[in-house]
Amino acid sequence: MDTLMLSRLQFAAATFFHFIFVPLTLGLSILVAYMETRYVSTGDEMYKKMAKYWGKLFLINFAIGIVTGITLEFQFGTNWSRYSAYVGDIFGPLLAIEASVAFFLESTMIGVWVFGWDKLSKRMHAAAICMVAFAANLSALWIIIANGFMQNPLGYVMRNGRAELDDFVALITNPFAWSQYVHTLSAAFLLSGFFVAGVSAWHLLRKNEVEFFTRSFKIGAVFAFIFSVVVAVQGHVHGNEVAQVQPAKLAAMESHWHTQKNAPMYLLALPDEANSRNSVEAIGIPSLLSILAFNDPNAEVKGLLDFKPEDRPPVALTFWSFRIMVALGTIMPLLALFGLLKSRKLQDYPGYLRLMLYAIPLPYIAIQAGWAVAEVGRQPWIVHGLMRTKDAVSPVEPQQVAFSLLAFVVVYTLLGIVDIYLLVKYAKKGPAH
Amino acid sequence: MELGTIWFLLWGVLWAVYFVLDGFDLGVGMLAPAIATTDNEKRILYNSVGPFWDGNEVWLITAGGVTFAAFPGTYAVMFSALYTPLMLLLFALIFRGISFEFRAKVESASSKKIWDVIHAVSSFLPALLLGVAFANIFKGIPIDQNGILQGNLFTLLNPYGLCGGVLFVCAFLMHGALFLSCKTEGVLHDRALKVAEKLWPALLMVAVLFLVLTALYTKLFANYLANPLLFAVVLLPVGGLLMQRVYIGQRRLGLAWTASAVTIAGVALFGVLGIFPALLPSSLNPAWSMTIQNSSSSPLTLKIMLVVALTFVPIVIAYQAWVYKTFSHKVTEKELDYDEAY
Repeated sequence: MDTLMLSRLQFAAATFFHFIFVPLTLGLSILVAYMETRYVSTGDEMYKKMAKYWGKLFLINFAIGIVTGITLEFQFGTNWSRYSAYVGDIFGPLLAIEASVAFFLESTMIGVWVFGWDKLSKRMHAAAICMVAFAANLSALWIIIANGFMQNPLGYVMRNGRAELDDFVALITNPFAWSQYVHTLSAAFLLSGFFVAGVSAWHLLRKNEVEFFTRSFKIGAVFAFIFSVVVAVQGHVHGNEVAQVQPAKLAAMESHWHTQKNAPMYLLALPDEANSRNSVEAIGIPSLLSILAFNDPNAEVKGLLDFKPEDRPPVALTFWSFRIMVALGTIMPLLALFGLLKSRKLQDYPGYLRLMLYAIPLPYIAIQAGWAVAEVGRQPWIVHGLMRTKDAVSPVEPQQVAFSLLAFVVVYTLLGIVDIYLLVKYAKKGPAH
Repeated sequence: MELGTIWFLLWGVLWAVYFVLDGFDLGVGMLAPAIATTDNEKRILYNSVGPFWDGNEVWLITAGGVTFAAFPGTYAVMFSALYTPLMLLLFALIFRGISFEFRAKVESASSKKIWDVIHAVSSFLPALLLGVAFANIFKGIPIDQNGILQGNLFTLLNPYGLCGGVLFVCAFLMHGALFLSCKTEGVLHDRALKVAEKLWPALLMVAVLFLVLTALYTKLFANYLANPLLFAVVLLPVGGLLMQRVYIGQRRLGLAWTASAVTIAGVALFGVLGIFPALLPSSLNPAWSMTIQNSSSSPLTLKIMLVVALTFVPIVIAYQAWVYKTFSHKVTEKELDYDEAY
């Protein structure tokens, strides 16, 4: 394999692995902050116990999220140096701002929270975790604004043979980026809700600490339900934006080959990328794709055949990832809603509790699939319409990348195993007395 | 002053701050196997840097981020040319971060032993690699006109690069030992102090050797000879080094640690001012160096970044200072009772 392919695989591996841990960090920090704030305002010891128990799971998860994030900042320089030089004037500041306004605060306050239980007043201690939660979510904003530039470049001019910053306000108010932010954040919150509810369900099935876990379950389910609705509704709005800004991505998401008005959506379709068609197309609902993409049954939806082959994203991966995301996105609000309605007598529904335990991986899968739609669907561009991925790669030897890729896979696999082992161990242990 | 020059200086200062801050917790990590014998002693060492190390490491992220933002050309060449050492550094930082969090979470003694080894090695590697990398940057790296490295990892392992690595390792060890002598009591305090006392002559020798080799292998002194006022900067590491010994002798350990911080920052600034206006000199041809001129961002980006830096860096310094003050007490066994303690 060449440097390009190896670097793509390495970046994909690094991002996906990072993105297993980050969503839980974003949401669980908020839930722990909520629990501890409730403890300070009500004095109810149960909330303190909750903050400690869920906080411990948060920390185990947080550690890997942080260290894998460092990897990503380095990789732009090591593996994508031509990209870094070409758009560094715009992309670099966003990463630097992320570090100085958000990451510093998050990393500093996490230490305060862990070691400050009896060194600080109750209020200050709760403030520390609130700042961690705030900073983590602020950090995500800057990263997604940076990613937003890759999806929908704004605020630049071409000068001196590279993209230079021209309008900072346009860069940071990029509507596409903000829409991605809302979508990603809601998905992260939904995932955290399912995590809390699922772990609680395991304990409820065993009748451990019933009150503790009933209350935890409810907090998780409320969070999960609210944001599973937001993520779905807003996902539709975001789909409209993709249709406008990245028509090739939309066409790949639907494996839609022929440009047409009143474009139908096929409930059954099998992309046949090699022959630029679908091998199966059945149960078409007339105009549905036009409606979904443009809220207009007569709208014309551009098909993949109208893009030169070298301008088309990988169809099958984008198509299937999108389907997985949507399917899971439909199931999850229903699961959360049921728990909310029955939150007083969860014990009577052991089948449901078991289901919620097994549902923990679902939002993870949905989020990874969503990320694949966003990133694979953007190909062959690293910055949409501006720079191709193949022109972005560093002039380094393929052996170097092959070796580091292998190291990443081995190390990340090991870390993943240790992390899951610890999460399961401490989740099972239950709250301390 | 010109925007590019301001950012060059800030760039140098950021690296210096990073070395000072992460320097002592890397030092503690390297010292742990030598100083601590029992599990509780090890835990006291890990917890002595517990509230700080995470925030310290972000200075590295920021230094990297600022290189990217203010000098994207340099960032691109530096990070791709130093591909293999940077990857090693990365893996070390990954394992180090994880070892803090995971060590205490698995109760078996054998697994703790493994994490201890990982922690020590992954504290040693960044010190060594950063020293080798920066000495090579001071000396110049064989990059051609396209910014491509003509060489490999072993090109970097030249006598000057290695001397830089050893210097960083010794300086961080000293920095960690002095930190521990301030933060611990009893036998741990005594052992840390003893290490500092024994280490000092070695550090002095390596530092003198480094200065001599600098004159032989690099053009750093050219800037100093052209502008003799700059020699005042050289007084920082030299003075810091001498004052360490004086303060250790007087048992004024907080001041000794400060002198050590001045030494480390001084070495970094000494090198950075020597390579000005290049950020990454080419050893093949000075015209191929990455400089302020040919690698910096647009004036607009530099201006925006300056506003951000002038607003937020003081805030960061303020809350980090507050954290150091809040956790300035000595770390004892009592600290280990925390649920979340390492």
